[in-house]
Amino acid sequence: MTTNLTASHLVVTRGSTTLLHDVSLSVQSGELLAVLGPNGAGKSTLLGAIAGDFPLASGSVCINQRELSSLPPRELARMRAVLPQQIAISFPFTVREIVAMGRSPWLNDDDDERISAAMQRMEVASLAGRTYQTLSVGEQARVSMARVLAQDTPLLFLDEPTAVLDIGQQERFLSIARSLVDEGRGVIAVLHDLNVAMRFATKVLVLHQGRCVASGNPRTVLTDALLSDVYHQKIRVTATTDGRSVILPDHS
Amino acid sequence: MTYARRTSLPAVAIFLVALLTITTLLSLATGAFRISLSDLFGIIGDGPSRDTTDAVAHNVFWQVRLPRIVLAIIVGASLAVAGVIMQGIFRNPLAEPATVGVSAGAAVGAVIAIIVGLNQLPLGVQLAAFLGGTLSTALVYVLSRSDGKTEVVTLILTGIAINAFAGAVIGFAVFVADDDEIRSVTFWSLGTLGLATWKAVGVVIPLALLGIAMSAKFARVLDTLALGDRPATHLGVRVEPVRLQAIAVVGLLASSAVAATGMIAFVGLLVPHIMRIVLGPRHRHLLWTAALLGASVTLLADLAARSLLSPAELPLGVVTALIGAPFFLLLLRSTRRSQGGWA
Repeated sequence: MTTNLTASHLVVTRGSTTLLHDVSLSVQSGELLAVLGPNGAGKSTLLGAIAGDFPLASGSVCINQRELSSLPPRELARMRAVLPQQIAISFPFTVREIVAMGRSPWLNDDDDERISAAMQRMEVASLAGRTYQTLSVGEQARVSMARVLAQDTPLLFLDEPTAVLDIGQQERFLSIARSLVDEGRGVIAVLHDLNVAMRFATKVLVLHQGRCVASGNPRTVLTDALLSDVYHQKIRVTATTDGRSVILPDHS
Repeated sequence: MTYARRTSLPAVAIFLVALLTITTLLSLATGAFRISLSDLFGIIGDGPSRDTTDAVAHNVFWQVRLPRIVLAIIVGASLAVAGVIMQGIFRNPLAEPATVGVSAGAAVGAVIAIIVGLNQLPLGVQLAAFLGGTLSTALVYVLSRSDGKTEVVTLILTGIAINAFAGAVIGFAVFVADDDEIRSVTFWSLGTLGLATWKAVGVVIPLALLGIAMSAKFARVLDTLALGDRPATHLGVRVEPVRLQAIAVVGLLASSAVAATGMIAFVGLLVPHIMRIVLGPRHRHLLWTAALLGASVTLLADLAARSLLSPAELPLGVVTALIGAPFFLLLLRSTRRSQGGWA
């Protein structure tokens, strides 16, 4: 599975405010791009822009060298899946029915094997017969992710996928994300946890007030100075003895 | 742990078909002129044109009762399917042609036609009802959407406004109408199957079948729409065009139903909801099972309308509202609880 996405010079405006100023990014097979930045920096807007949720004021998005706007919706849905932050489902669908909806771009929502595999991977198989509304927030998040996995696309856009997970679920989720990347998929994830980005992302993009202020390898990009500036908080990146880096607020 | 309780599809299908068969036979036999079951099969065996020894029973059956029952089945199925689609596209179990004002719009079209004398033309009133219903469908759609979203509150308020306007027009019509016209106006605003003729059936059948057939194509899309507009888009659904087509089908179904029988409230609300509880919310099966149940419910309501105060006949809309309104209140309470209010 090889894939690539290139977004060049994206500008997104809403009314008279500009939400994204000239942001470019690219991701290809085997990459996990983490989009970082403080609240309101435009992370979700960026994800929406490359997902094709709204028209761009300027700039372009290409998936596998094809212009986003020229792709029919169903073909696009077979290329990329999107995990939104949270969704309210309007009728009492069961977990299995919701995961099966992920198959709808492929016009086979009875593909039991893929649906079951996706549920097992997200550890929601035991919830199959429950209705979505009766689940905890963390369970709902995993069900949504299982639906995204069932869509079986080479590209995945995840908006804060770990926000409502506990630390154990978060670790398991991230190892799943890594295995998706190892399978040759490309993942773009909006993340809040800088340590997670440092450990799991192959590259990062830092947004600040709608502009890209840094991008590249997390180890070189995520520095004390940059993070302290962007988050208005003194932040220190410390190397641990086992060769990893830990990012913590600095109160010294 | 609350697991979704669902009844198996074959069991539901058998029950619904049996229910429809029984209510149909019961409706055919019952009425001001009783026809025993054995006579009933004899008359059916004789066919519509043959003269039989019992000419009265023959006529009652072929010219009065059968068209009425066929119409009840079609209209009930149409209203239920229209309800399923409308609830699906607005993502809300309270949407139905009557609550959002589509039925009232159709009734207003009919009433205006009666007052200005269009009832002299063949099918003039039906055509006006159809136009009124389609127009109010378009109005509801345009008014209740902003920024590509439908706000539930706006939807319901739009319905209140259209229903109030319709009430005023009908009230005015009653005020200026002569006795004959008042009877017609009452018919449109309260709904009845008492005026069923083969001609009316012939007009509604093709429209209803067209609408119901078209509804099948929305089954998968309505499921994904339950996730919300954006997730549905991400799954490859062209949300806006689909919604517009679905609204057009609702307009077609509801308007043609009201054009034939006047306003029959709550069938489109009650029936999809019951089927959703029994079978779950997947639209593939919801659509046709709701059509079957809608037909049975309308037949039963009509049976009640004809027999409760026999030989007098209650308007059908009165019966459906008497049963439907309390149900609607219960639904409001339970939905409010499960959704945590109406945002």
